[in-house]
Amino acid sequence: MKTAEQSPWLAAGRAAAELPRLLPGRCGDGPVSLAGHLARHGRLPVIGRGTGHRRRLIAEIGRAGLSGRGGAAFPTARKLATVAAARRTPVVIANGTEGEPASAKDKVLLAQAPHLVLDGAVLAAELVGARQAIVVVHGAVREPVDDAVAERRRARYDRVPVRVLTAAGRFVAGEASALVNWVGHGIPAPTAVPPRVSERGLGGRPTLVQNVETLAHLALIVRHGAPWFRSLGTPTEPGSVLVTVIGAVREPGVYETGLGTPTGDVLALAGGPAVPLAALLIGGYSGAWVPYPAAAGRPFSAAGLRPAGASPGAGLLAAMPADACGLAETARVARYLAAESAGQCGPCVFGLGSIAAELEALAAGRPADPGQLERWLGQADGRGACHHPDGAVRMIRSALEVFAAETAEHARGWCRGTRPAGVLPVPPQAPR
Amino acid sequence: MSARLRVDPIACEARGLCAEILPEMITLDDWGYPLIGGADVPADLYAEASEAVRLCPRLALRLDGPDREPPAPLAS
Repeated sequence: MKTAEQSPWLAAGRAAAELPRLLPGRCGDGPVSLAGHLARHGRLPVIGRGTGHRRRLIAEIGRAGLSGRGGAAFPTARKLATVAAARRTPVVIANGTEGEPASAKDKVLLAQAPHLVLDGAVLAAELVGARQAIVVVHGAVREPVDDAVAERRRARYDRVPVRVLTAAGRFVAGEASALVNWVGHGIPAPTAVPPRVSERGLGGRPTLVQNVETLAHLALIVRHGAPWFRSLGTPTEPGSVLVTVIGAVREPGVYETGLGTPTGDVLALAGGPAVPLAALLIGGYSGAWVPYPAAAGRPFSAAGLRPAGASPGAGLLAAMPADACGLAETARVARYLAAESAGQCGPCVFGLGSIAAELEALAAGRPADPGQLERWLGQADGRGACHHPDGAVRMIRSALEVFAAETAEHARGWCRGTRPAGVLPVPPQAPR
Repeated sequence: MSARLRVDPIACEARGLCAEILPEMITLDDWGYPLIGGADVPADLYAEASEAVRLCPRLALRLDGPDREPPAPLAS
């Protein structure tokens, strides 16, 4: 049908490039109530019962160019279409696990704008023909989400039942197969791929797992259309993105910006560097280190960061001060990532453990063998059922490159760090 | 008839039989887990590859056709 090509939302004339889109303009007011949410965004659009309307909406999400905001940046419309086309009745799981200790954007979104995420979960369920939406959230934000769901129930607002669960507090718990395993069996560990969860997930049903921020964007695209969404961001990576900015900036926090914004401008949203910086860790603990002055000029997008070996990932920017030891920070995170292995795949369990020990030796100025380290990095890379070891290897390899001068200094007993390690948050390890 | 060897890293427990049966294609890493190159199994090694699959005590090894889907994304 020809009219499907023209966006019916184009005439809406909304001030499109306005930010923030997802978060309330003012912080600290607590979660937006259902009334406040409706006043700002309008009612939940009605989804037609027939497949035609659903297909057109999925196509509109495709035209918007929305991609997953949980780290992998997979095209959302493609995942929706796959699950919608499945023979069995699918299930939708909204992923608010956010097991990454440095990241806060999903928690902040759920705590401040829970209704936008719940709208997205309900709409996604309707779009793929699911009869329930399961929302898995970090324990820290269970209460505001429960309150929001209760408020919607009283108002008879949701057309699909919504169930809220508390996520497992583990780094790998947010990986799609681990999330399905957690919801289905109470085990927060990845399962072997194939099958993918979109084909055979919860209870054997095709399962749509979407990050909560992705769903919040989806709820706005269904309301305002693709052109509105594309009025921010770049042509190949449209829309806005939530970024957690931590480390040596004046006002660490969660900020929303258009994809492709210069990385230095994203730091400026957080008040800019508080002290001279050495490097940025971009994307998360499975992201990549980039030297600071070079990183600031790069657009915060996959295309903009790719030449520097990085990607926006789950939207993390950590600013490393010049007087901290990058190797010590990396060793701490490596040890954490090793401990957070689900413990299922040998190369991940033994590889990450050995690599962390070697990095600790390097950071402490003890004798270390860079050849051995490189050999183990190669043997851990790509050898797990999930991408946990690959992400750790990527981050550590980038550290060895960016902090190469420090590595040489440490071998001679020198360290330029004059402040204790601890820029990157690492939770204490629970005994297992 | 081209096929590739795949290991299920969750099921694998580093028993190492596969590397004994098919040393031409499988070596072991520093912890005893099989390293399998991405190359297709050549026709003259197909019988040994099938044997390695059949004898794996953990049933962690399999022979896949070449048209397997790429791995799923890490997160959503």
